[in-house]
Amino acid sequence: MSQRLAVQKTYKLYIGGAFPRSESGRTYPAEGANVARASRKDLRDAVRIARHAGSAWWAMTAYNRGQVLYRIAEMMEKRQSELAALCTGPAEVAAAIDRVVWYAGWADKLAQVIGSANPVAGPYFNFTVPEPTGVIGILAPEPPLLGLVSRLSPVIVGGNTAVVVASEAHPLVSIELAECLATADVPPGVVNILTGLRGELSPVLASHMDVSGLDLTGADGDAAELEKLGAENVKRIVRGRADAQSPYDIAAFLELKTVWHPTGM
Amino acid sequence: MLPGGFELPLEPRLPRLGSVDAVALEERAATLATRSIKREAKLFALDLAIRMMDLTTLEGADTPGKVAALSSKGIRPDPSDPNTPSVAAICVYPNLVPYALERTRGTSVKVAAVATAFPSGQSPLDVKLAEVREVVEAGAHEVDMVIDRGAFLSGRYAKVYDEIVQVKEICAGRAHLKVILETGELGTYDNVRRASLLAIAGGADFIKTSTGKAATNATLPVALCMLEVIRDVHEETGRVVGMKVAGGIRQSKQAVQFLVQVHETLGLAWLTPDRYRIGASTLLNDVLMQIRKERTGRYQNPDYFTVD
Amino acid sequence: MTKDKREIARRPDKAPMATAWDYAPAPEARDIVKIQERYGLFIGGEFIEPASGERYTTIDPAREEPLAEVAQAAKADVDRAVRAARDAFANGWSDIKPSERAKYLFRIARLLQERSREFAVLESLNGGKPIRESRDVDVPLAAAHFFYYAGWADKLEYAFPNRKPRPVGVAGQIIPWNFPLLMLAWKIAPALAAGNTVVLKPAETTPLTALLFCDVLRQAELPPGVVNIVTGDGRTGAELVSHPSVDKIAFTGSTEVGKAIQRTLAGTGKRLTLELGGKAANIIFDDAPLDQAVEGIVNGIYFNQGHVCCAGSRLLVQESIYETVIAKLKRRMATLRVGDPLDKNTDVGAINSKQQLEKISALVQSGIEEGAEIYQPPCRLPERGYWFVPTVFTNVAQSYRIAQEEIFGPVLSVLTFRTPDEAIEKANNTPYGLSAGVWTEKGSRILAMAKGLRAGVVWANTYNRFDPASPFGGYKESGFGREGGRHGLEPYVLLEDA
Repeated sequence: MSQRLAVQKTYKLYIGGAFPRSESGRTYPAEGANVARASRKDLRDAVRIARHAGSAWWAMTAYNRGQVLYRIAEMMEKRQSELAALCTGPAEVAAAIDRVVWYAGWADKLAQVIGSANPVAGPYFNFTVPEPTGVIGILAPEPPLLGLVSRLSPVIVGGNTAVVVASEAHPLVSIELAECLATADVPPGVVNILTGLRGELSPVLASHMDVSGLDLTGADGDAAELEKLGAENVKRIVRGRADAQSPYDIAAFLELKTVWHPTGM
Repeated sequence: MLPGGFELPLEPRLPRLGSVDAVALEERAATLATRSIKREAKLFALDLAIRMMDLTTLEGADTPGKVAALSSKGIRPDPSDPNTPSVAAICVYPNLVPYALERTRGTSVKVAAVATAFPSGQSPLDVKLAEVREVVEAGAHEVDMVIDRGAFLSGRYAKVYDEIVQVKEICAGRAHLKVILETGELGTYDNVRRASLLAIAGGADFIKTSTGKAATNATLPVALCMLEVIRDVHEETGRVVGMKVAGGIRQSKQAVQFLVQVHETLGLAWLTPDRYRIGASTLLNDVLMQIRKERTGRYQNPDYFTVD
Repeated sequence: MTKDKREIARRPDKAPMATAWDYAPAPEARDIVKIQERYGLFIGGEFIEPASGERYTTIDPAREEPLAEVAQAAKADVDRAVRAARDAFANGWSDIKPSERAKYLFRIARLLQERSREFAVLESLNGGKPIRESRDVDVPLAAAHFFYYAGWADKLEYAFPNRKPRPVGVAGQIIPWNFPLLMLAWKIAPALAAGNTVVLKPAETTPLTALLFCDVLRQAELPPGVVNIVTGDGRTGAELVSHPSVDKIAFTGSTEVGKAIQRTLAGTGKRLTLELGGKAANIIFDDAPLDQAVEGIVNGIYFNQGHVCCAGSRLLVQESIYETVIAKLKRRMATLRVGDPLDKNTDVGAINSKQQLEKISALVQSGIEEGAEIYQPPCRLPERGYWFVPTVFTNVAQSYRIAQEEIFGPVLSVLTFRTPDEAIEKANNTPYGLSAGVWTEKGSRILAMAKGLRAGVVWANTYNRFDPASPFGGYKESGFGREGGRHGLEPYVLLEDA
């Protein structure tokens, strides 16, 4: 008779390290809950915050960035059952955690594999180093946890910041993930996750002049239209796989800077 | 006719203008900041910090009442402990100088006035010099002037130098002159070093980091950079120049770190209010709290220390 | 004014000039670390007795007090350890998923971070280096090394284009006493990342952090036999080097012993890397940022009491600024605080052993006899313990023993040069080639000097900087092979097709 009544959880957006409701006050029903329905203004705010967070994230040492990603894995590990209940199950969660760990190990090695010292024909020292592109918009693919993590990790390990549009049908796990990010020493604003209607949000993301790159792995059928919108500020656009892991997925959102300096007494 | 000893002699060796490696400087400052100063050593530093303090109020809203209260605080910081020393000086805007003087008359506490269109320095020279004359006439013991950063950053070093020389002329024999470099606007430590040398050449008795009004004020590395200039000048010419750090120093821990720097760069000779000052306001109560904590073993509560 | 106020007002506010500002002692507490009375050998995942039962005492060189009894591993023990490593290699370690191997290394890194205070205190206690260094440099770098190489474990095919790297097998590793825990990390991390198993011999005088590390391995649940620690003196090392079932030897230590090892392994086909001694030149040009350059000189030779293979033990200063630099240097040396390694304010700690102290003293004596001018700042040394005052020799000729031989102590020899080419010539004029320092504001000169210096590590406008991502190792008699970075994996992998 004394069945304890559960305290229902409110699912909000994850922007700037905090969990605000949509400025529009709207929600939409998904997975039995009222999930925040992000508006174009929320997205605008998220991009502004992501831009601002970029310099501090890039100013950290690569070692520190790697440690932050590893800590995301630590937090996810402890929440395996909560995460599993909201996606396809424990196998997806284990794969997602291992994916984060794999990418964490790249932070302090990228420059050694992607960069180079170049033997130019002249008395110059010439080297090439990778740098982050900027704010990257991500349309998260299914499965709802592994797909998101697989596209997000390479973006941020390279020093970029991200604005993610979560799975429309299965948004709850992305907010659960956001709670892991919030407790993993991820600097506020480096990752921003918006739940809401894909069709409403993706054109805004794709046309935003301060979004530097776009991961369209999760685009359903409207990819061409979004690519066209992205051309206005020459976004770097990528369509990858939901279950990939590769340093070239990191490189896709890196710029290469080559420096010359004379060698002489 | 400028009194002798103003200009750095060209023989035997001009102090090297030189450049400053930022990474190494910041690292040295950070290492010095890890010194662990406890118990008697800490009390020594805290006592010194009060003696060296230029208790400051520089607000548009300053009134005679505010300055009177601050002056009382500076003379007798802790009514419950008569052994607490007075501060070195009260630092105020020109209009408030008479009130500060009235309150501190007969005590050891000096009155320092900012002048030369503080904090920006962006006024015609004659206006700035007139301001200096006013405060000196009024009886201020010390003048804190600002350099013309606009002129410095656009390469008009002669103008910067000339202004300092003219201000010094007014002060000479009547008030000591501190020259504020506003290090937070200078951009590089190389510039801080050059501005320091320029100020000293122009006649500064003290060089001072900041107005306290900029985004970045006194930091440990910038102070270290300036101490190294003072050391070079002293080594090569025998001239003694003082140092003042100001702005952003709110905690005792910071004050102690600044003093450790002085100790390990210039030695004991500079650990005196005649050669080192700390411009601050809320720092005083934090120092008093720390002193009481060292003595009683308990962490303190701001309610037990007067606010003036 | 009230009467009280007038009283206060009239009181002179001048305190007498301080004659000294003694920083009160600030000792780091020892009780954070539990030291056992005696230790066995860590073989096959557990501590076992040495076959002969032989043990020796390891001490605290700052107080000459005993800390613990550690085992002297003899031939039978080394054999047992190598077999345990071989078993572990054949039965699992080389086959487990590389991403799982990575996770063990990540665990070790995080555990070292969690227990950093314990390790820092123990390192200073057993070795003599200041707690500020073990706390701020040794332990953080050791953890970082494991973290860095953890990330390579499942990415080896990216480190070697067009190759599927395989582990070498069992690695025998012998480390020195100057950075005991850090050298352990430099050896074990890449070896494990590449899938090898390890038998490691810590230095005779500094076994304790390696033995405490075994507890980290337990907490990380590392499979037994993957890492084995055998303590002992030079005899144990010799047994390990000559053991037929060890596939690769990694040695850091003196050039003399390095050469002996190279001779022993000749013809056996065993892989070898050596990280040996050095006599690095720290070169100061007239346009160097002088105060920072002096910090660099001091850091170059007095960091870790000069017990550093890459120490900047020869100062090559451009003649035009000689007087200025020496004056600044002597002044700076006088602020160095020599004393109790556990005191947070100590800059220079104890000499690691009586033996090393005797070597340093003998070489310093030779410097005086050969005609160099010695300067030592006034310094009060503790009564017990092994200490040497920071020393600088001026008027040094290139041929003096103090300019040629590695002293491995807080002793700097100063020479001058006139032109950059002369600096390069003098810097390279040594059988060693581990490191060098260059101080100048001119970028092109930094690069030209870096190009001309025959040294494995060139520091420009800095000195004694280490990072797991940065390859470290020497030219010439300073050894061969690199540790750190992508290149640090190379000694631990087979790249030929199976």
